[in-house]
Amino acid sequence: MATWFSKKPRIAPVKPEEVDSLRQQPSRMQGLWAKCEECNEIIYRAEIEKNLNVCPLCGHHMLWPARARLQALLDEGTFEESDRELEPTDPLGFTDSKRYRDRLRVTRRALDENDAFVGGIGHIEGHPVSVGAFVFEFMGGSMGSVVGEKVTRLFERATERRCAAVVFSASGGARMQEGIFSLMQMAKTAAAIARFREVKKPYISVMLHPTTGGVAASFAWLGDVILAEPKALIGFAGPRVIEQTIRQKLPDGFQRSEFLLEHGMVDAIVPRKDLRAKLGALLGLMG
Amino acid sequence: MAAPSFALDFERPLLELERKIDELKSLSGGAPGDFSAEIQKLEKKARRLQSEIFSDLSRWQVTQLSRHPQRPYFLDYVQLLFTDFFELAGDRSYGEDPSIVGGWARLDGRPVMLLGHQKGRNTKENMVRNFGMPRPEGYRKARRLMELADRFGRPVLTFVDTPGAYPGIGAEERGQAEAIAVNLEVMSRLHVPVVSVVIGEGGSGGALAIAVANRVLMLENSIYSVISPESCSSILYRDTTKAEKAADALKLTARDLLELEVVDELVPEPDGGAHRDPARAAEAVGRVLRKHLQALLAMDGPALVEDRYRKFRAMGPFTLGG
Ligand SMILES: [Zn+2]
Repeated sequence: MATWFSKKPRIAPVKPEEVDSLRQQPSRMQGLWAKCEECNEIIYRAEIEKNLNVCPLCGHHMLWPARARLQALLDEGTFEESDRELEPTDPLGFTDSKRYRDRLRVTRRALDENDAFVGGIGHIEGHPVSVGAFVFEFMGGSMGSVVGEKVTRLFERATERRCAAVVFSASGGARMQEGIFSLMQMAKTAAAIARFREVKKPYISVMLHPTTGGVAASFAWLGDVILAEPKALIGFAGPRVIEQTIRQKLPDGFQRSEFLLEHGMVDAIVPRKDLRAKLGALLGLMG
Repeated sequence: MAAPSFALDFERPLLELERKIDELKSLSGGAPGDFSAEIQKLEKKARRLQSEIFSDLSRWQVTQLSRHPQRPYFLDYVQLLFTDFFELAGDRSYGEDPSIVGGWARLDGRPVMLLGHQKGRNTKENMVRNFGMPRPEGYRKARRLMELADRFGRPVLTFVDTPGAYPGIGAEERGQAEAIAVNLEVMSRLHVPVVSVVIGEGGSGGALAIAVANRVLMLENSIYSVISPESCSSILYRDTTKAEKAADALKLTARDLLELEVVDELVPEPDGGAHRDPARAAEAVGRVLRKHLQALLAMDGPALVEDRYRKFRAMGPFTLGG
């Protein structure tokens, strides 16, 4: 633990069982076979991966890790990552059942990611983009200062380069462990978008399952065009909070992509297999 | 002043002592004599007790004070600090949300746009005000009024006091998250001075949606947090009774946020809290508000936008690893 406090933070070793529990929780994709949580069928894992992590039997859109997504949706070999060196701190000295700094250490080691967002530049169907995606496996894609900073820089890069911005959001919202600083990321990212508007390039926001809280209520809902993957849970408050507040059961399909489309809150629902082509088409139409 | 009819647990000993003093005073019927020595002794004791209780409040006690049902609310400040208030209603697309109030007013004769969350004093008022928890219409009305202020070159002054944006079915259907997001962007590019004062509860995105300001001030016993201590406790400790612990972990008081450099100035409250003397609380708010507004009025539109951008751009610590 002491090493953590040294000037140049190094990541302390993690117990193998910690890694295992982390890796298995979000994806349930370990081993040769995986179970679809929607249709409960056991499916050959390679089959699922070949199908962009969409269940070949029922079409359920499973978690698609950020790097795999960026690699598949961007033109081959064009993605260059930015800001990988940004690392989270523990500004409040926060402790719940675990110390936040320990939680970070374990998560970073297990996922080999510094925080919950991967950003960079690349091309989609020949169009240059400043692009990024949430690492949902990293503390539920929660937005702390590093995520906020990376998203802000994504828009700053797009502004400088006068290119389009594309963000794939999957987040439970603000990162409680960073308290007020995580809240302020909402204002920071929104302000960066306000500046980006001046170069008159498109910002396409793609909402994945789930997109809620402070991420939904800031940059994710500020897209010039907002796309959603099928059946993603999207909204401000989580369903449990709403149920507790109004003391009634929520209707089926509430806060799902289809519900949002019906209520005029997103532009289109795009199945994963069509995403790349649709993004390319939009970028062409909007410039 | 008369003792407030509602008391927090930690206020009670003081209020009981004050009641005793009042009783003795009325017994002596204004005539100096029998009880004056006793009264003096008790008054001294009361002062000591007050400073004992209030000099070292826990974060949870501050949280309770920030929600005190007798605490001055936005419309109290409107009455105490401004003149010519002209309330403007509606979002022009769906409805009117009384949990955010807004309108033109004058501060020392100067026209300004006022916006604030408004809680109710009793059950009936809270039915109307929804406990100060806005729906999308409230945020969209706020946006409309801020854009009006921008067009007419009037400063925007906002008063933050909400448990948070309302989590309900209708609010979600009508785009609660979108309404908040748009406000954050719109506020960041207003070409007029924007000053926000957190007067009670600064509840998460629902508070921030009217608080992207050049200067953010907080009353001494107010809080500002990404999540309420109760919700934080139920998520992190799976136990709603650990709110006290969560309040400490979140560092959500005015003093904390001043230290974390998230807010610009702390507005001192009268002894015993703003609810014990709303007029003096308003006076203190007025003093600090005028000072910051004065400084911002010297800046032109682009400079104000730049100032606000830099303020929020700098927020959130991280390190650069190898
Ligand atoms: Zn399936």
